[in-house]
Amino acid sequence: MLSIGLGHYLTLAAIIFTIGIVGIFLNRKNIIVILMSIELILLAVNINLVSFSIFINDLSGQVFTLFILTVAAAEAAIGLAIIVLYYRNSGTIRVEEIDRLKG
Amino acid sequence: MIAHAIVFYIFSLIAIVSAIMVTVSKNTVNSVFFLILDFISISCLFIMIGAEFLGMIMLIVYVGAVAVLFLFVVMMLNVAQQKNEWFNSSGRSSHIPVGLLVSIIIFFELIIVIGGWKYKPDLLDSIAIEINTDLTNTQSLGSVIYTDYIHLFQLSGMVLLVAMIGAIVLTFRQRSGVKRQSYFKQISRDRKDGIELVDVENNKGVKIDA
Repeated sequence: MLSIGLGHYLTLAAIIFTIGIVGIFLNRKNIIVILMSIELILLAVNINLVSFSIFINDLSGQVFTLFILTVAAAEAAIGLAIIVLYYRNSGTIRVEEIDRLKG
Repeated sequence: MIAHAIVFYIFSLIAIVSAIMVTVSKNTVNSVFFLILDFISISCLFIMIGAEFLGMIMLIVYVGAVAVLFLFVVMMLNVAQQKNEWFNSSGRSSHIPVGLLVSIIIFFELIIVIGGWKYKPDLLDSIAIEINTDLTNTQSLGSVIYTDYIHLFQLSGMVLLVAMIGAIVLTFRQRSGVKRQSYFKQISRDRKDGIELVDVENNKGVKIDA
C-alpha cells in the first residue's frame, strides 16, 4: 500500500480511461464535453506509457508520449474547428440534435 | 517512501475527482476548468516519478494551448447555458444503463489485465534505450529524439502543420459585401487608367470630376 509501484499508476490510468469512456457514452448534451473526454483517454494512455518507461528503465515510452501529445493537440484543434463550423451552419452543438446522418 | 505514497495518493485523488467532474459538470466552462486541474495534477505525477520534461511539456501544451482553446471555443459558442444534464434528460434512459454496464466491464477488464500481469523474462534484455541516470531527463530525451526518432519527430511536425492548415481552411469564411484587395487587378493596372495629363491654363485651374 505504501510502496508505490507500477500497478498503482496503471490503476490510476485505468480509472481515468474509464471515466473518459463514460463521458463519451453517457453525455448526450454537449459535443465539446465529448472532445474533453477524448483528451482524458489520451491522458490515461500517456500515464501508462510514462510509468512503464520509468519502471522498466526504457526511454522509448517517453518519446512515444511526446508524439501522442502532438497528435492530441492536432486532434483538439481540428475537432474544435469542426465544432465551430457546425455551430455556424446549424446553430447548435447538442449531441441529440446532430442527427443529419440518421444514425 | 511514505512521502512518495502520500503525494501519489493526493495527486491521483485530485486527478480522478476532477476527471469525474469534467464529465458530470453542469456548466461546460467548469468542465474545462476541471480538465485543467486534471492535467496539472497528472503532470505533477509525471514530474514526481522522474519524467520532468514530459510533465513540463504537458503543462505547456495542454494547459497553455489545448485547454485555453477549449475555453475559447466554449465561450465563443455560448454553450455554457446548455446544461449538461444527462441523467434527467427525457427519452435518453435507454442509453444510460447500457453505457454504464459497458464502462464497468471495460474497467474490470483493465483491472484484471493489470492484476494478472507480469514481466516476460526476457523483457529486460530487449530494452532499446536505457535511461542514463547521469543525464537529466531533458538531455536524454533530446539525445534520443534528434537521432533515433528524427523521422518520427519531423512527421509529428508535419501533423501539426496539417492540423493548423486544416483548422484555418475549415473555419475560413468568405463574407459577401466586404471590400478586399485584389492583387491581380492592382498589378495589372495600366498607366493610362490612372493618370491623365491636362494642360492647365493660367489662373483657371482644372475642373476634375466634371
